Amino acid sequence: MTAALNVKHLGVQWPDTDTPALHEVFATAAPAQWTAIIGPNGAGKSTLLRAVAGLLPLGAQLHGDIEWQGRPINTWSRQALARHVAWLGQGEQGAEEWRALDVVRLGRLPSQTWWPSASDPEDERIVEATMRQTDTWSLRHTPLGSMSGGERQRVRLARVMAVRAKVLLMDEPLANLDPPHQADWLQWIQALTGQGHTVISVLHELNIALRADHIWLVAQGRVLAQGRASDAPMRAAIEAAFDHRISLHPIQDQWVALPQASKHSNLQAD
Amino acid sequence: MPPQHLDPTPKPLRWALALLVLTAVGWVVGGLSGSTGWHWPTGSQDVLTWTIRAPRSSGAWLTGALLGLAGAVAQGLFRNPLADPFLLGSSSGAALAVTLAWVVWGAAAPDASAWLMSVGITGAAFMGALLAVLLTVALARGVQHSLRLLLGGVVVSVVLGALTSLLTLQWPQVLANTQGFMLGNTALLSWQSTQVLVAVGLLAWLVAQACARVLDALSLGTEAARSLGLPLNLARWLLIGVVALCTGAAVAQAGLIAFIGLAAPHVVRSWCRVTHAWLITLSALTGGVLLLAADIAARLLMAPNELPVGILTALVGGGYLLWRLQNKSGYAP
Repeated sequence: MTAALNVKHLGVQWPDTDTPALHEVFATAAPAQWTAIIGPNGAGKSTLLRAVAGLLPLGAQLHGDIEWQGRPINTWSRQALARHVAWLGQGEQGAEEWRALDVVRLGRLPSQTWWPSASDPEDERIVEATMRQTDTWSLRHTPLGSMSGGERQRVRLARVMAVRAKVLLMDEPLANLDPPHQADWLQWIQALTGQGHTVISVLHELNIALRADHIWLVAQGRVLAQGRASDAPMRAAIEAAFDHRISLHPIQDQWVALPQASKHSNLQAD
Repeated sequence: MPPQHLDPTPKPLRWALALLVLTAVGWVVGGLSGSTGWHWPTGSQDVLTWTIRAPRSSGAWLTGALLGLAGAVAQGLFRNPLADPFLLGSSSGAALAVTLAWVVWGAAAPDASAWLMSVGITGAAFMGALLAVLLTVALARGVQHSLRLLLGGVVVSVVLGALTSLLTLQWPQVLANTQGFMLGNTALLSWQSTQVLVAVGLLAWLVAQACARVLDALSLGTEAARSLGLPLNLARWLLIGVVALCTGAAVAQAGLIAFIGLAAPHVVRSWCRVTHAWLITLSALTGGVLLLAADIAARLLMAPNELPVGILTALVGGGYLLWRLQNKSGYAP
């Protein structure tokens, strides 16, 4: 089976820097699976996700191969890629005064023409279905600015789901969400992969990420290891990448990361 | 169950109709009234009504509409509700060009006919505005970076403003001539100017409508807009062209008119929450009504003298924004 995403020899260099942001990255994501990208701060997780989405800012140099469904990314037209790969950025802001409905409708843009035509019934049907699915239909006339963080997150999720893309990329989707909303998110992701969608997300919440079908461990601009939390070598690599400041333990069929006290605590130096 | 309507409120349409009614009322009042008093047209040949007041009212409305449209586009493009359509430097470019034109022509042919002067000044203002925007874009090295564009606009405005001051310092006699332009002047609008304004307005509205969805997507952020597969770069060029063309034409016909472009989209937002297709249209209509109202007030307030309309819009527009800020706690403009 063709991988949903295949990355080979990927390197990214920012202008005016010597060390590359990403270097010789190899990674694959299987279709209909949830891949989590984890790693310490500044490791290049978000850069990697942006690179595969084709969203690096201008000026960044990219080399190596990125293939979606076996086709190199530069052979996809901009619109075709937008229909195949949907993107949910980190803390997308703006549009505070808009109603949820207006925001979710933007998800239909990749399938529409430029001119703001009379709304297509098929698009409207998809928007409604997506909003019902994410439990945002009752909020459709509420402006984004007067919503709670969890409601807003659901609207944002509805916006990317309304693209009806095969692949969903999410950069830190759980930022500023409390544990119940994190649990909701996990359920949606599992539902999405159950329906055949591929999800790739950068996550800081290790305990959520450890439940992913597949994990890319990123550190110092490289993918150091790929696999599941249930593989012992993978767990060892994760602990090492975080400087052994965390340890992974099984609790109720799940792997959880617990913080480790440092042997040489800095506090005693004072 | 019958299919539910996603959007049962045709609220923007109601506002558009209300604004058109206001326009019609303003146009009639503007045609009948003036600094020399009320005057009922004596026929289809009535000079005061049909050659002075009617084109002036139409021109004032159109100028306001161009500024309102450009304001809505600029605020969407820069994702900043405080963006003014003049922020790319068109006003300072026009001011410099007009001052320069008076210096050159004033020296060469002091008694050139007023008509030639007016066309020449208008042309100079328009070119100056466009050149200033081009200079801003060149300084910003393209249109991709909003921050660079804003900085470029500030630099261009400051430098061109300094050059204008230098010219007026050297040739103080042009001050009397340029003052009308600097304070905004709707008194000289003719049918000829309204034709130009209509042509520019229609073109700008069509392009802005075509790019409205890009502006919608941009409100989520550049990255999200790119991920939706939109031709951002092309749209930005087109939208900057719209802002340049609208402000250039407005400034050339009526001088520097403050606050209409900034205030019109805010007024619209205080009525209804709309995406850019409607925001642009309603802002244009609102800008038109605002400037037409300001023009009528400028004629009547100190009759038989006239106030420069730019002073009035700055006072009223500034006052309105201040009132919004004071009155509505938590109002995020």
